Amino acid sequence: MEKQATRDAYGKALLELGKLHQDIVVLDADLSKSTKTAEFARSFPERFINAGIAEQNMMGMAAGLATAGKVVFASSFAIFATGRAFEQVRNSIAYGNLNVKICATHAGVTVGEDGASHQSVEDIALMRSVPNICVLVPSDGVSTRKALFKLYEQKGPAYLRLGRPSLPLIHDDDMEFEIGKGIELRKGKDACLIACGIMVEKALQAADLLLQEGIGVSVVDMHTIKPLDKDLIIEKARETGAILTLEEHSVLGGMGSAVCEVVCEHFPVPVIRMGLDDVFGQSGSPDELLQYYGLTPEQIVEKFHDLIKKKQK
Amino acid sequence: MKEISESIIAEIAEKARVMRRDIIEMLGAAGSGHPGGSLSAADIVACLYFWEMNIDENNPQWADRDRFVLSKGHAAPLLYAALAEKGFFPREKLLTLRKLGSPLQGHPDRNKLAGVEACTGSLGQGISWAVGMALAGKIDKKDYRVYALLGDGELEEGMVWEASMAASHYKLDNLLIFVDHNGLQIDGRIADIMSPEPVADKFRAFGWEVLAIDGHDYRQIMESLVTAQNTRGKPTAVIANTIKGKGCSFMEDRVEWHGTAPKKDEVAKALLELA
Repeated sequence: MEKQATRDAYGKALLELGKLHQDIVVLDADLSKSTKTAEFARSFPERFINAGIAEQNMMGMAAGLATAGKVVFASSFAIFATGRAFEQVRNSIAYGNLNVKICATHAGVTVGEDGASHQSVEDIALMRSVPNICVLVPSDGVSTRKALFKLYEQKGPAYLRLGRPSLPLIHDDDMEFEIGKGIELRKGKDACLIACGIMVEKALQAADLLLQEGIGVSVVDMHTIKPLDKDLIIEKARETGAILTLEEHSVLGGMGSAVCEVVCEHFPVPVIRMGLDDVFGQSGSPDELLQYYGLTPEQIVEKFHDLIKKKQK
Repeated sequence: MKEISESIIAEIAEKARVMRRDIIEMLGAAGSGHPGGSLSAADIVACLYFWEMNIDENNPQWADRDRFVLSKGHAAPLLYAALAEKGFFPREKLLTLRKLGSPLQGHPDRNKLAGVEACTGSLGQGISWAVGMALAGKIDKKDYRVYALLGDGELEEGMVWEASMAASHYKLDNLLIFVDHNGLQIDGRIADIMSPEPVADKFRAFGWEVLAIDGHDYRQIMESLVTAQNTRGKPTAVIANTIKGKGCSFMEDRVEWHGTAPKKDEVAKALLELA
């Protein structure tokens, strides 16, 4: 299976977009080789601004550039873009409702060996709590590229959450990507696995394992956390009666919480949230860490059985 | 070069007087807000809006306009007074300051009021917006200029120095900042709370052209603007020594007037002094 890191897809798509649109300006904070904005920088040095190791000023400059009609893509690691510079994102970019796309890489524990200081597990919660910001968490390279093109067309602030590791390509090149519309990749009636980012692939693998047990689950790629696809969540709650949410993020405030908000208010069914259970990450290989924090397909299957017990009560 | 004559100086002084009166009246009507730092920078802002800047009140989004960013956003009444006097909106609106639904928010919001260039109030952020605007001007090869007004207490924010590094690194000679150096912050004298001194040396060390002036001397303000226009390859910081609450004797150099609105009798007293 062909593999690509979402950050690599981002770098390539940014280059494509840069060729098409002169109004694009890219900012980075001394991580362009890692965030993959370096290719854009090489091709369009006059439209690339390295802010140095100064994320707060990067976000403020992004706001200023956007007031002059630029479509700004600002990149750093997720922890610094949303954590270090949170209040700049909030007060300058979001409150100003400016056309700045915060494209942050190295989200989640799959950053790996660098450890907890660099593993953002709070960024979805932070970004989705701020008015005006659209929050996207693509699951593979194909959807990352589509997301980026859509973000260029959609005026206003956005947060695009990207990862470090290579991932299998889940989607076909001709996929339909619509901001705010989740994609049901598998049909099934026994439960619905709602996942985002790297966890979509894990959910699909878990669905395969469950199929061997004769269990059919629906799998949804919930690439947009805000605006959230309420209709699809309510529809799946009604059809399957049980929901498992999967994210490489804290279970507090992230996609799982967002799904629970909808389910609670509109169609209450049992839900189990999988993610980091209010803990920091640590050093280790990405696979070891996913195992340690309970995010492998086998561990998803176990949780599915817990969920079914709740459903049957 | 633009003329600096006695008659022009008299005109600007009159604008500043009217703006100071507006500030007092607005804050009196609002019942809250920041008079001290609005009054201290009134002469600088009067020179910018009525002598220096190329702006069009009938076309606020004109792409080639000069830009002014009020980085010390709590001086919003000063910005609103200048915009009203310039004709961006009817003067009657001034008295809606800080009221529900008013475009005159407690701190400036660019999406609510034409002529406001940035959303400021969280200190340290406005200078970064200004750097971004100046960068855009360089990318687009436009010759507009960008001005920002910072408080001296604001210099305690680390972000100011990130922005200062960037402005110098990118040789933004289209950027000028004024530091409203009135020596006071909410908790007391900056010298006692957290001294940013030596301010001039710091900006010089960051690669800026630095001027120190009397921020209430119109000629000096105008001359600093001209000097900045002629400076190539680096941004200019003008350290403007000012008096907090300037123009209203009972407020001058008094920290308690940082964030307290004048009551009815105090408004009357201040307006009498500014008659």
